[in-house]
Amino acid sequence: MTLAPERVEQRLREQFPGVAFERQRGEAVRDFTLFLPADQLVGVCTFLRDDPECGFEMLSWMGGVDLLPRVPRFECVYSLLSVKQVTRFTLKVRVPEEQPRVPTVCGVWPTANWHERETYDFYGITFTGHPDLTRILLPEDWVGWPLRKDSPLGYEEVAFTHNTPGRKLPSPALKKLAPKKVRYRAQ
Amino acid sequence: MRSETMTLNMGPQHPSTHGVLRVALELDGENVVACKPIIGYLHTGMEKQAEYKTYTQSIPQTDRMDYLAPLSNNLALCLSAEKLLDITVPERVQAIRVLLTELTRISAHCVWLGTHAIDIGALTVFWYCFREREKVLSIYDMVCGARMTASYFRVGGLAMDIPAGFLERCEKFVDEMPGHIDEYESLLTKNPIWLARTKGVAPLTAKDALAWGVTGPSLRGSGVNWDLRKAEPYSGYETYDFDVPLGKHGDAFDRFAVRVAEMRQATRIAKQAIQRVRKLGEKGEYRLRDWKYVLPPKEEVKTSMEALIHHFKIVAHGFFPPVGEAYHAVEAPKGELGFYFVSDGSSRPWRMKVRSPSFVNLQALPVMVEGKLVADVIAAIGSIDIVLGEIDR
Amino acid sequence: MTDPRDNPFRTLAEQAPSRPAAELAMPMSEEDRLRDELERGILFTTVESLVNWARANAIWPLGFGLACCAIEMMAIAGPRFDVSRFGAEVFRGSPRQADLMIVAGRVSIKMAPVLRQLYDQMPDPKWVIAMGACSSCGGMFNNYAILQGVDKIVPVDVYVPGCPPRPEGLIHGIMKLQEKILTSKIELGPFPRKKKRKVAAS
Repeated sequence: MTLAPERVEQRLREQFPGVAFERQRGEAVRDFTLFLPADQLVGVCTFLRDDPECGFEMLSWMGGVDLLPRVPRFECVYSLLSVKQVTRFTLKVRVPEEQPRVPTVCGVWPTANWHERETYDFYGITFTGHPDLTRILLPEDWVGWPLRKDSPLGYEEVAFTHNTPGRKLPSPALKKLAPKKVRYRAQ
Repeated sequence: MRSETMTLNMGPQHPSTHGVLRVALELDGENVVACKPIIGYLHTGMEKQAEYKTYTQSIPQTDRMDYLAPLSNNLALCLSAEKLLDITVPERVQAIRVLLTELTRISAHCVWLGTHAIDIGALTVFWYCFREREKVLSIYDMVCGARMTASYFRVGGLAMDIPAGFLERCEKFVDEMPGHIDEYESLLTKNPIWLARTKGVAPLTAKDALAWGVTGPSLRGSGVNWDLRKAEPYSGYETYDFDVPLGKHGDAFDRFAVRVAEMRQATRIAKQAIQRVRKLGEKGEYRLRDWKYVLPPKEEVKTSMEALIHHFKIVAHGFFPPVGEAYHAVEAPKGELGFYFVSDGSSRPWRMKVRSPSFVNLQALPVMVEGKLVADVIAAIGSIDIVLGEIDR
Repeated sequence: MTDPRDNPFRTLAEQAPSRPAAELAMPMSEEDRLRDELERGILFTTVESLVNWARANAIWPLGFGLACCAIEMMAIAGPRFDVSRFGAEVFRGSPRQADLMIVAGRVSIKMAPVLRQLYDQMPDPKWVIAMGACSSCGGMFNNYAILQGVDKIVPVDVYVPGCPPRPEGLIHGIMKLQEKILTSKIELGPFPRKKKRKVAAS
């Protein structure tokens, strides 16, 4: 890596003095990760793309994470890639459960389009300003957000357990897979 | 005169969409006005299911993502988990992994070339390509007992050691492969029909490719020198001697030329890897000797109490990575394939996100075909080399 | 078909009667020659066996790949496992020209209506092979997205186990299907009925 991620953080702090950046610390956070408030996302991303020193011309991927008992509940992860500088840089945005809204970065990198649709499809996080925010992988009439932690895996009892004569309940081993409290939310 | 555009629905059952891709095309006569790929017809819920499985149990799922290159997917998952655990595997294991993933690259490109040629109308190439693919599959068969879904790599090593006679077989294949690539090229590279159907078709500029996140041979066909094996080397790729083939114009022909050249480079790397494995011993270490993460060998289980306890723990629970997260990407045959793990300290990943190359590359399809002829859509889909299992996951 | 009696195409001229040399030397009469010729050209069978024989040996599968199994399905058409030895190599792009649907791969909830529509578009008689564990019973993907067995939406004739099945396995499945076709009853369709003349109520 020719460009250290610490240098990118320094550039960001110089450029956006009022913004509360926060580096993610943890036992095993293997990539350099920076939290930032959602309302600053588009500005920071545009800067990182256009800045000649950073030059993150590619959004490698973007996805959501559900950290259920924690508040705020969701996180959006943006992994940026600079082909010129051979550097990766990860941005994270915290998203509350009550208002899962994040501004879209489709205007900065067009590739974010499908990634954001996928995140919407899986977690129900809406991306304001997205040109076509519809379900992408699941059928259009699907109800619920399958990758949320309170959404069950949706398994089907296999034949050799429920067809066994005399068995009334599903096997406890399979029951353990399902979360205790199941909530479905209307779309 | 009244004129209006026509909407043509291609797929999800269409012989040249490589699976269950559906493309909604808006046509003005023969010209494509708008193109919208519709995906999700093979959505398998692998990311959700991985949260209910241990890291090792997820390895067979990855085979079924990009089923043309199962071992590249295994490698990506194992390297991500190894990054999370902060362990590195022995050099011999790395060499075997490199050897097998390069053979995988050859077989994946063989399928791509055969089906892409069928789409365009050159039926013969399919039979040549599948002949060589079968050879790679029998090498898989030899090493792990499955033709396609290998599941051979494990976190911290390999499932078992390579069998006797494996290296000779690989060597024989690697030696004769360049001759077969010459055969493919003699069928296609100067074929005027092939040139007419691919030269200047579905162009993608380097700027567009980067903005749309395109990786792999499709990006290199546009002239961007970006190969993760060179840029972010893993498994000791920095010690191998190989070139990164690049295209110039970013059209379907350049992508074809890059992939064919990549097959040649893959044989070159595989040859070096065979020599390396031979130097390090045909029998030897095939796992990290850290029984917290990998299964101890059977002899030790039967003699040592500690090894037995570790064996029991690994089989019953799996390993417990620290709380944290890691992303690691490899250069799969289709492009950058990465796994992102979020761990909560338990033996199952809290979140597994797959950055699949085909999913991102397919997004660039409208850029390639809008304003062009409808017949070129087929060539464009073939030239970006998609696998629906990986797109929908 | 080792036993000649099993052969539905026994011809009367199959075993030429051995004749004494003296008779052979004699020129055959015109009438005899004609009878000989006729016997050689006529075969006796039932319509059912003839039709089933034709159907079983020219199965046209629908070129319909879903997932991993589709690659093995392509491999059976390839050079090593040449399925044209069994008359099933003509993969059709359109369901209207196909007899056999090989459901090769997992069927998602989103794909299920499409698959049913394709099945409905196929002309009778039609057969379905569920190839692999996923299409037979859901396989390793027992979750919200995957249909647990394609037999919930279309009738399945042959299940081929494996994940994915080896090409030999699929060929075995096709041969099993041929056996099934050879022993099946054929339907001639609805017989044309005489229209009942409506009697005036008066």
